[in-house]
Amino acid sequence: MKLLLKIWRQKNNDSKGKLVEYPISGIEGDMSFLEMLDVLNQELIEKGEEPVVFDHDCREGICGSCSLQINGEPHGPDRLITTCQLHMRKFNDGDTIVIEPFRATAFPVIKDLMIDRSAFDRIQQAGGYISVNTSGNTVDANAIPVEKDKADASFNAATCIGCGACVAACKNASAMLFTSAKVSQFALLPQGQVEAAERVQNMVRQMDLEGFGNCTNTGACEVECPKGISLENIARMNREYLTASARG
Amino acid sequence: MALSGLFLVFFLGQHATINLSSVISPETFNSWSHFMGYNPVVQYILQPILIAGVIVHFVMGIVLELQNRKARNVRYAQYKGGANAPWVSRNMILTGLVVLAFLGLHFYDFWVPEMAYKYIEANPEDPTRYHHELVEKFLSPARVGIYVVSFVLLALHLWHGFASSFQSMGVNNKYSPAIRNFTRLYAIVVPLIFIFIALYHHFNHTH
Repeated sequence: MKLLLKIWRQKNNDSKGKLVEYPISGIEGDMSFLEMLDVLNQELIEKGEEPVVFDHDCREGICGSCSLQINGEPHGPDRLITTCQLHMRKFNDGDTIVIEPFRATAFPVIKDLMIDRSAFDRIQQAGGYISVNTSGNTVDANAIPVEKDKADASFNAATCIGCGACVAACKNASAMLFTSAKVSQFALLPQGQVEAAERVQNMVRQMDLEGFGNCTNTGACEVECPKGISLENIARMNREYLTASARG
Repeated sequence: MALSGLFLVFFLGQHATINLSSVISPETFNSWSHFMGYNPVVQYILQPILIAGVIVHFVMGIVLELQNRKARNVRYAQYKGGANAPWVSRNMILTGLVVLAFLGLHFYDFWVPEMAYKYIEANPEDPTRYHHELVEKFLSPARVGIYVVSFVLLALHLWHGFASSFQSMGVNNKYSPAIRNFTRLYAIVVPLIFIFIALYHHFNHTH
């Protein structure tokens, strides 16, 4: 397969970036998108050019590291997958592929396609924990009965890998789906009730401080989320937030 | 946004109901309009609340849009918004600004003359004037055209906005599909009523 890649190259956050064209050939349909970039980087290294910097780690869709906007969509044209799970057979011989970093003011570019997503870490640090005594007498979480549907919904929310596709897809660069998943995974469980009000208020405050946009319920985040995190989580967070604010 | 939007949606429903009476019975329309125009609760409590609701809604909408634009300081070279979200949900600011511009015309057409009639010129009460005032406004094909286009844009705005307001207030449960169906029906029927009224008076008067 022969392709024309248009890749965002940017030296650092202070410099201006631009799309650079790279023709590439010999790409197999069974390669993953990241393997295709590996091939390109090998060629660039052999030519003495600087390879393209991009985030990756597990390459099996569970770490949330890869973060590419491919032909205008986060993680590319397929659904419920991350970039590392995207196969080149989804493209045709002769295609032009535009590759950019996830764009949000809160996700500054570090270099080329690599972005700084520590804003997500700070949102989690603002309230993504529960009060458990870990001195050695910790009660097994399974000892506390939890309704099946709530346990499932909590688990589903907890499958968020924090990749940032929701922010990248949203026309407002809103982080509501991510934040609501992190709120929901605790809000649905008995262990999460102790800090429930404080948690949602602190996490939403941090989300706003980071400069993410507002949710206008377009639903783009849910469609592009590689883990299928539902908009129900945003509604739940809104309920939690309104209740917490009303109680003061 | 959600609360002010829901309030305005509720107002639209009652406005459409009163206006529809102009097609069915001019007397009923005159009597309801006179009540709305001279009842102190409507004039001095509900009317200021309504105007405040409109102002809050569009000011907040513009502020949110500016914040949202700031949240992405570098635009994508390629952004496929249509792949994951409907056009109406991505263009609420556009449809909203058209509706806002229409409101300017609508206030100039009806509200400003009404305020002048009652409070500046201090004319005596005339419970029979409303129907012919309404009909005269719809003689102009240009005005009718602007009204029709504006109501189509209003329908698009409501199509997303009405259902979206429930999600913003935390309502997403087993009743959500029914709520979505109701809000979409409302988004079509109410603007259609306004379009019908404008066309009815235009064609009924000139033919």
